[in-house]
Amino acid sequence: MGKTIAEKIFAAHLRDEPFPGAKVLSLDRVLCHEITTPVAIADLEARGKDRVFDRTKIKAVIDHVTPAKDSKTALQAKMLRDWARRHEITDFFDVGHNGVCHAIFPEKGYIRPGFTVIMGDSHTCTHGAFGAFAAGVGTTDLEVGILKGVCAFREPATIRINLTGTLAPKVYAKDVILFVIGQLGVNGATDRVIEFRGPVIEAMSMESRMTLCNMAIEAGGTSGICLPDMTTVDYLWPFISGEFASREAALADYKQWWSDDDAVYEKTLDFDISALEPMVTFGFKPDCVKPVREMAGAPVDQIYIGTCTNGRIEDLREAAAILKGKTISANVRGIVSPATPKIFQQAMQEGIIDIFMSAGFCVTNPTCGACLGMSNGVLAEGEVCASTSNRNFNGRMGKGGMVHLMSPATAAATALTGVLTDPRTI
Amino acid sequence: MKKHFTGPAIFLDRSDINTDEIIPAKYLTEVTKDALKPYILEDLKLEGFDPNGATLKNARVVITRANFGCGSSREHAPWVFEVNNIHTIIAESYARIFRQNMFNGGMLAIELPKEEIERLFILKSQGDVEVAVDLDKQVITAAAGQQCIEIPFELSPFDKALVAAGGWVDFADARY
Repeated sequence: MGKTIAEKIFAAHLRDEPFPGAKVLSLDRVLCHEITTPVAIADLEARGKDRVFDRTKIKAVIDHVTPAKDSKTALQAKMLRDWARRHEITDFFDVGHNGVCHAIFPEKGYIRPGFTVIMGDSHTCTHGAFGAFAAGVGTTDLEVGILKGVCAFREPATIRINLTGTLAPKVYAKDVILFVIGQLGVNGATDRVIEFRGPVIEAMSMESRMTLCNMAIEAGGTSGICLPDMTTVDYLWPFISGEFASREAALADYKQWWSDDDAVYEKTLDFDISALEPMVTFGFKPDCVKPVREMAGAPVDQIYIGTCTNGRIEDLREAAAILKGKTISANVRGIVSPATPKIFQQAMQEGIIDIFMSAGFCVTNPTCGACLGMSNGVLAEGEVCASTSNRNFNGRMGKGGMVHLMSPATAAATALTGVLTDPRTI
Repeated sequence: MKKHFTGPAIFLDRSDINTDEIIPAKYLTEVTKDALKPYILEDLKLEGFDPNGATLKNARVVITRANFGCGSSREHAPWVFEVNNIHTIIAESYARIFRQNMFNGGMLAIELPKEEIERLFILKSQGDVEVAVDLDKQVITAAAGQQCIEIPFELSPFDKALVAAGGWVDFADARY
C-alpha cells in the first residue's frame, strides 16, 4: 500500500510512539514570534531549563506588533530578542529586518520539502506549500519543541483536493481557497492534512501555493501540502544550489516525498475551477463564502492589503495593476503592508509603492498588525474592512468590527469604489 | 496548579466558538497567564451570555457544541479557562490545536457524541448542573435537581498520560 506525502514525512521523522496513535516527530524547524514564545521562554526559565535543542533549527521574528506600540509589546519583543541573543539564534529578525513570519521564513529559504515545521501560530500550515508537514501549535508544544526538538501528533488522515481547469482572469489562489473552505466547512478538515493536487497547482507560483496552504487551518486542517516540483526547486535554488549538482538533481531528490499513486486518502474531492468567480466572505466564519458579484455594492470603511495570506510581491502586483493611475474612494481608508522588507523594496523598485501612494493608500512597515486587531488599522465598532487576510471572526480586527475576506485584486477594486466590487468590472 | 475536573457547569449553546471570542487578540500582549483572567469569553457572540455574570464566575466546567476553540493556536484560550478555575470542557468536537493545548496543560477536553451533549443540555432544564468526571472509570456524572445521569467517555492513553503528568512539558522532559 502506498503512502501520502504526509505519511512519508511522518515515517521519516518518527522519534517515538509512547502510546498507539501518538506519534512524536523530530523537528526540522521550530519557528518563533513574539506573541506566543515569551510565555514558553519564561516557563523554561522557571523550570531551570532555559536551553534550546538546536539553535540552527530555531528561527525567530518579531512580527505581530512591530515596532512595539506600548510597554507590553516592547517587553514581549525584548523577551524574544534577549532569548535569541542568549542562545545565539542568529536567524532572528528584528526591526528593520523583520516581516510577517509565514512570508519571511520561506523567503529566507528555511523551509524545504520533507521538513517537519512547527510554530506557535495557526497559519504555520502555509509552509506546506514547499512539501513540508507544517503545523500550528500552542505555546506548550512550542516550548517542548524549543527544548527537545520534538512534537506529538495523532497521525492525520489526508483529504486530497484535485483542482483542474484554468483560473479565469482576475481569479486567484485566494478565490480558490475561499471556495474550497466553503465546500469543506470550518471543521471539514479537522485533524486532517489537505493535499492540493492537479494542473491548477502545478501552474501556480510558490506565492500562490502559500496563499492556498495558508488557509488550510480555516477548514480545521493540520497542514495544507503541495508536492514539491520544479517551481519549488526554482524558488529554493539560491539556497540549495550548493547541495545539488543541478536543479534536476534537486527535483529527483525531492520526488522521494511525492505521494505514491496507490496512496490511500480519506477522501478525494475534484473541482474544475474554470468557472470560478472572485469570491468573498460574509458573516463571521471563513466558510461563509459567496461570489463577489452577489455581494457587490456592500459598503466598507477600510481596505487592508497584506498579511501572511496575501502580502507577497505577486499580491501587491495584482492590486497595483487595478489601482494604477486611479484614486481610491473618499469613503475608505486604504492600508497596504508589504509582508517583508524584501517585498517592500521590490515593490518600490517596480513602482508599486508609488501606485499605492498615488492612489491614496497608507503604506505601513511589514507587520501582522491589523489582521488580528493588534495595531496599524484596528476597526471601530460597526466598521467594515475589505481584507486580504485569512480570518473574519467577530471582532477580529477590532471589537464590533467586521471583515470581508477577498483577493488583493478584489480588495483593490473595492478600494476604488468604496463598496464590494468584482475586479472584473473595473 | 493542581487541576480539578468537578463542579458547576456553564452551557455555551453554539458551535464554532473561536479563540478570538474566548480571548481577543488585543490581550495577547500579556506575558503571564494570570493577567488574562478578566477577559474570559469577552467577545463571545451568544444571546443571553454575560461575560461578567455569576454563572461564568461560578463555573468549573464548560459544556458546549461542535468545533470548540477553532481559529488561532493561542494557548491563551485554554489558559484563560485555567486561571478562571475551569479545567474541564465537554464538547461534541474541538479544533485540533485547542484540544491539544488543553491536554498539553494537563486539562480535560472531553469529546461526546452529539446525542450525549444534547442529553446534558436537556438536563439543564432541571436546574443548575453539577458535573463530576471520574478519570479512572471514564464516566461523567451530571446532576440537576432530582435528576442524575452518567455518561461514559473515551480518552486516548496518551491524553490520559498527559493529564496524569500534569501536561506535555513534564511528560516530554521525563522521556526525551
